[in-house]
Amino acid sequence: MEFWLFLAQLATVALLLAICHRPLGDYLAITFTSRRDLRVERGIYRIIGVDSKSEQSWQVYLRSVLAFSIVGVLIVYLLQRLQAWLPYSLGLPAVPQGLSFNTAISFVTNTNWQSYSPEATVGYTVQMAALTVQNFVSAAVGLAVAIALVRGFAAHRSGTIGNFWVDLMRGTLRVLLPLSVIFTLVLIAGGVIENLNAVHAVHTIAGATQNIPGGPVASQEAIKLIGNNGGGFFNANSAHPFENPTAWTNLVEVFLMLLVPFSLPRAFGRIVGDRRQGYAILAAMAVIFVVSLSLMTWAESAGGGAATQAAGGAMEGKEQRFGILGTTLFGTTSTLTSTGAVNAAHDSLTPLGGMMAMLNMMTGEVAPGGIGAGLYGILVMAVVAVFLAGLMVGRTPEYLRKHIGAREVKLASLYFLTTPTLILAGTALSFGVPGVVQSVEKTTIFNPGQHGFSEILYAFTSAGNNNGSAFGGISANTPWMNAALGCVMFLARFVPIVFVIALAGSLAAQEKSPVTTGTLPTHRPMFVGLLVGTILIITALTYFPVLALGPLAEGLH
Amino acid sequence: MSPTFRGTARQYWVAVRAMVVLTVVLGIAYPLAMTGIGQLTMPVRASGSLIQEHGTTVGSSLIGQSFTDAKGVPLAQWFQSRPSAAGDGYDANASSASNLGPNNPALTKAIDARKAQIEKLDGADASSIPPDAVTASGSGLDPHISPEYALLQVPAVAEARGLAASKVETLVKSMIQGRDLGYLGEPTVNVLRLNLALSELDPGGDSGRK
Repeated sequence: MEFWLFLAQLATVALLLAICHRPLGDYLAITFTSRRDLRVERGIYRIIGVDSKSEQSWQVYLRSVLAFSIVGVLIVYLLQRLQAWLPYSLGLPAVPQGLSFNTAISFVTNTNWQSYSPEATVGYTVQMAALTVQNFVSAAVGLAVAIALVRGFAAHRSGTIGNFWVDLMRGTLRVLLPLSVIFTLVLIAGGVIENLNAVHAVHTIAGATQNIPGGPVASQEAIKLIGNNGGGFFNANSAHPFENPTAWTNLVEVFLMLLVPFSLPRAFGRIVGDRRQGYAILAAMAVIFVVSLSLMTWAESAGGGAATQAAGGAMEGKEQRFGILGTTLFGTTSTLTSTGAVNAAHDSLTPLGGMMAMLNMMTGEVAPGGIGAGLYGILVMAVVAVFLAGLMVGRTPEYLRKHIGAREVKLASLYFLTTPTLILAGTALSFGVPGVVQSVEKTTIFNPGQHGFSEILYAFTSAGNNNGSAFGGISANTPWMNAALGCVMFLARFVPIVFVIALAGSLAAQEKSPVTTGTLPTHRPMFVGLLVGTILIITALTYFPVLALGPLAEGLH
Repeated sequence: MSPTFRGTARQYWVAVRAMVVLTVVLGIAYPLAMTGIGQLTMPVRASGSLIQEHGTTVGSSLIGQSFTDAKGVPLAQWFQSRPSAAGDGYDANASSASNLGPNNPALTKAIDARKAQIEKLDGADASSIPPDAVTASGSGLDPHISPEYALLQVPAVAEARGLAASKVETLVKSMIQGRDLGYLGEPTVNVLRLNLALSELDPGGDSGRK
């Protein structure tokens, strides 16, 4: 019975994506290759002083990405610090410095890690003008960088990779905004609230009072999922009935998290002029997704852990309306994309179920990954896979008729080394620096034993992959955690972006080499297997020791 | 000034203007327009699916409530919700899970205590108590319980109100919601709606004097 429900649910998601990924992928390809600007876009380019016809070199494109993101951090920081003077702030004071720093970076880097409880920290103006805006534009930045890399593969001896400001505006206005408008209405129809009411008290039939919150939730919820952001309007995130009221809205939210990431391979295939290449990437993503979902579902259904067994099932931290299957589908989706929304308490997942959430992020979030970031992540891994295959069988390392030389391999290697370095260093320093370790052990960690270690590992894994979910029992609003996680989120977002855009520039400058008998075909099942294998081997080699200290030790206890 | 510096400064000036334009469009116009459309076309849902009884709002059909006295002791005349970690229990402005780990002894202890309480209150056998009855939800605001937990509470509620158990059981069965579309999520019983229906059936029993 459970098995058939699992299959039916998975088949529904697969069917919805199968229907939508082609038109949306084609639309994405057209959006980012068209020469025409919409009238409203022309108006905006005039206001901001951009010539939409001028193309940028990779250095200028990169500087634009960084300038826009740094200005974004400053604005989100300032709005939080000025909260006391802003309208619709629900009487809440300014957000403290350390927390504002962490939150500003968190939302600009598309991580949406929250060291705070939103109900008690941010009013409606900060929610809308600071956080909702970054929900859109941080996603649009990821999309733009992915498209720039794809242009690099498609170009022939080109000194430019597009114009960041044009990509940013088109991604926002032509893709994210229309989708968000439609799905805001779908979510309201399901019961997600959308109002500007203050918190108001009602008198219950048992003779108590209950404070019911309000807020422009649905409009943020839609882009939270479509843009793979994941920051909750409420503390409980998508477990909160006002964010995710029913089992069918739960399925809609899962679909929204996967929609753009699973459509991008199609757009990629179209732009490079060979759709089969897109399908190969899509297949690699889908294989990892289905295997991972099955493993987490198995772990939660089996119900490991002493407390879980005492309760007779893994329902601690889960909502009755979603059950175990609705929870593992959401949790897997959220951690394999860069969303990090949760519809259950991940801290209370079974030991191996919680490990799967961590492992999903540790794969680098490429199956299908965050918006844009998933595609550029897996394309970098494809470069690595081609190189490894070249070493093994003595073929010319080439991908999409571009020569994979020393410079490309160096950039790809630096890319996949950055995040693990930050995660492992952050975790190690938390337990290694005198002064810090006391704060981490006494204040931050919530659960005892190995699970407490897992909470810190999870936090840095989440920050290092710009995911944003948490083993939520921890108190992350401490000077060390706010600063360390803030730095990890910033570096883990923008250092890899430097390598990706440099790679785009390097590829764009090359001429397309002719296909020979020595060329490894990269659209066949064998390459899909090679790509999946490369991702899994790199993940396992990097993280096995640290997983053995935390969730693996707890799960096999 | 070097050309690189000038170019960089120019990029920042573009970035500032772009952020201002995007904040107006995405941070003000978009959420306010969606709020307007939502309130015009679906006012009940956009406002929180509130339930009115005799002209006063008694809660939201989406947000769970406590049916206990001020000290947290269950009131026998009402069906009980799941345990909650939101504030002091079902504080809708402080949503939260317990976040207790699957091997945390504190959680095992809490679950054992809840089981003992349900055994006492409902006269149920420990092995028949479903997991949702002894675990806190992810939001702390779960409006639902499983049909098993609702049916398990029937004898005690019926006794507290002096009603026939069969009558209360029929009511519970009529309130069971199947899976969405027949296969999504789990079957549920909305506790607030169930208790409101119970109150309609037996208004005299609400104060629990019987």
